[in-house]
Amino acid sequence: MGYNCVVLIKQVPDTKRITVNAMNEDGTVNRSALPAIFNPEDLNALELALSIKDEFGGKVTVITMGLPAASSILRDSLFRGADEAILITDPRCAASDTLATSYILSCAVKKLDYDIVLCGRQAIDGDTAQVGPQLAEKLGITQITYVEELMELSGKTITARRNMGNGWQQVRANLPVLLTVTGEANTPRVEAAKKIMKYKNARSKVEVEQEIKSANTDADEQNPKKLVEERCNLLDKKGLLIKQWDLDFLESDLNWCGRSGSPTKVHRIQSVVLTAKESKDVEPNEKGISDMVHELIKDKTIA
Amino acid sequence: MINVNREGEVWVFAEQHNGRLEDTPIELMSKARRLADTLGVKLAAAALGNNFKGLAEKLIHYGADKVYLVEHPLLERYQTRSYSKVMYDLIHKHEPQIVLYGATVTGRDLAPNIASAAKAGLTADCTDLQIGDHKVAGSGEVHKNLLFQIRPAFGGNIIATIINYDRWPQMATVREGVMPQPKPDTKRKGEIIREDVKLSRKDLTLEILDEHKRPKKVDLKAARIIVAGGAGVGSKENFQLIWDLANCLGAAPAATRAAVDLGFIDHDHQVGQTGTTVRPSLYVAAGISGAVQHQAGMSQSQKIVAINNDPDAPIFQVAHYKILGDLNAVIPGMIKAIKEKGIKEGNTENN
Repeated sequence: MGYNCVVLIKQVPDTKRITVNAMNEDGTVNRSALPAIFNPEDLNALELALSIKDEFGGKVTVITMGLPAASSILRDSLFRGADEAILITDPRCAASDTLATSYILSCAVKKLDYDIVLCGRQAIDGDTAQVGPQLAEKLGITQITYVEELMELSGKTITARRNMGNGWQQVRANLPVLLTVTGEANTPRVEAAKKIMKYKNARSKVEVEQEIKSANTDADEQNPKKLVEERCNLLDKKGLLIKQWDLDFLESDLNWCGRSGSPTKVHRIQSVVLTAKESKDVEPNEKGISDMVHELIKDKTIA
Repeated sequence: MINVNREGEVWVFAEQHNGRLEDTPIELMSKARRLADTLGVKLAAAALGNNFKGLAEKLIHYGADKVYLVEHPLLERYQTRSYSKVMYDLIHKHEPQIVLYGATVTGRDLAPNIASAAKAGLTADCTDLQIGDHKVAGSGEVHKNLLFQIRPAFGGNIIATIINYDRWPQMATVREGVMPQPKPDTKRKGEIIREDVKLSRKDLTLEILDEHKRPKKVDLKAARIIVAGGAGVGSKENFQLIWDLANCLGAAPAATRAAVDLGFIDHDHQVGQTGTTVRPSLYVAAGISGAVQHQAGMSQSQKIVAINNDPDAPIFQVAHYKILGDLNAVIPGMIKAIKEKGIKEGNTENN
């Protein structure tokens, strides 16, 4: 019978590789100094979807909302075995918090046939773990968060094991469901060479526009719009056009998107500088250590 | 949508399992008490479950003025749909201005689902909460007495203060272990309000088949002294030094993420952004460079001793005692000095 899986993925700055250059002097983050990567736990969500397809058949669709550059993680998903990729990009999505993001994503998922929606547990840039549960609520489907193992999938029911931090819980639910998947769930497969050959030229419309624009610096009197259209049609014929949706296509209520759809706002950002109030250098010799231990005993820190 | 109600109460979601109150709602009570006092409103706890015995009284002892108690057989065990529905109805009825949840697996499963239903703001994993005013850039409009939701972001490299003023309630989940538990006052009196709810079987969308609790091997949050090792300890064998010093101090052994990833010690011992947040009287950091992610979990320790052979290690910026030297010599030296000063042998289990 097969299952239709929709995987929500996000391109994130690699917060594990933060260097001095990554912070601006005013304490804000210099995103351009950070490599953009496939959010790690979204790869686990994709892997789970692909393993469901391998075993039961069906289709894996990946969706991301982001800047045009996010097309690269969609291509990466195609290299790993996804069947279809959709980019949601629209300047009106900017400044969306998790609530607005989940609303926009829900508009997109509703356009698709799905049995299982999968998200990574959380994204490493915000670590909020909120979009998954919010999306489940907006779709009106059951959520199973912190999934570390898919135990059984049969007919219209799914059984999964959740990682509760201090143990685990095994739950069963009727489809459709939304799963948030943890890093322990699996080891994501690598890109397949054949798929790379097949999809390396896959492009979204906005990428085609950028490519034509940068190739046409001399501004030939060509009609760039027409050129974009022709190139996209050609890609589409070859199955290499990454679908691109905007808020008009999604028929989203703009009041719930972007800044106006986001109740949370930033009051202040500070970069982290932690310092001890008073500090002492201790000589790494017997006397230094003995004096320190004596002090710690005297002030009852150790007793 | 919930109205902005300036008289609204401050609420804490009283997470409990099998009638036992979790630590996080208790930790939240002292901070929530202060927020409510600053705003001049009541502090209430919302407890959902079945067959509570003494739970409401306990919440009052820890500082609640009111407890909204919802007892129903279908609330016996936590699951998202039923709990989200009941909490949403309560919030809709009473219009609290602030609702706080522990950032536990349950809190992080529940709070966003409610936020979506209420179309309200939610900030995840806060490490501090304050009341303050916000001036809107541009319009200059001032919103008074908002909840400042303070959290590390971007892998712990920045601290963000988040607010929401146009749609309420203001909701946040709060990290476990970042706020001290208040002392219970068994003489405290409060109001217990029983709430009726309509629930049916179809609100239970999950069937809980099996559950297994794995007790943590170590309770870092409760430890008065912690001895932690990082990648600089070098090997699992050499990590014995950390165990030895911990034993000698009656301390809990801990580690950085790097040391856990290298297999020096079990993940239960991990301190930091992705591990446990601790605030012991003494934190000994050996072979730890002190990445912000680690500091996020230990910088509130009362005294910090840092041992490192790199003078530029960031850990020295937060240390009270800075020992620039080889931990392989310094730790045995410390053990010797402690034994000489007559400190009793601890009884920490070594595994």
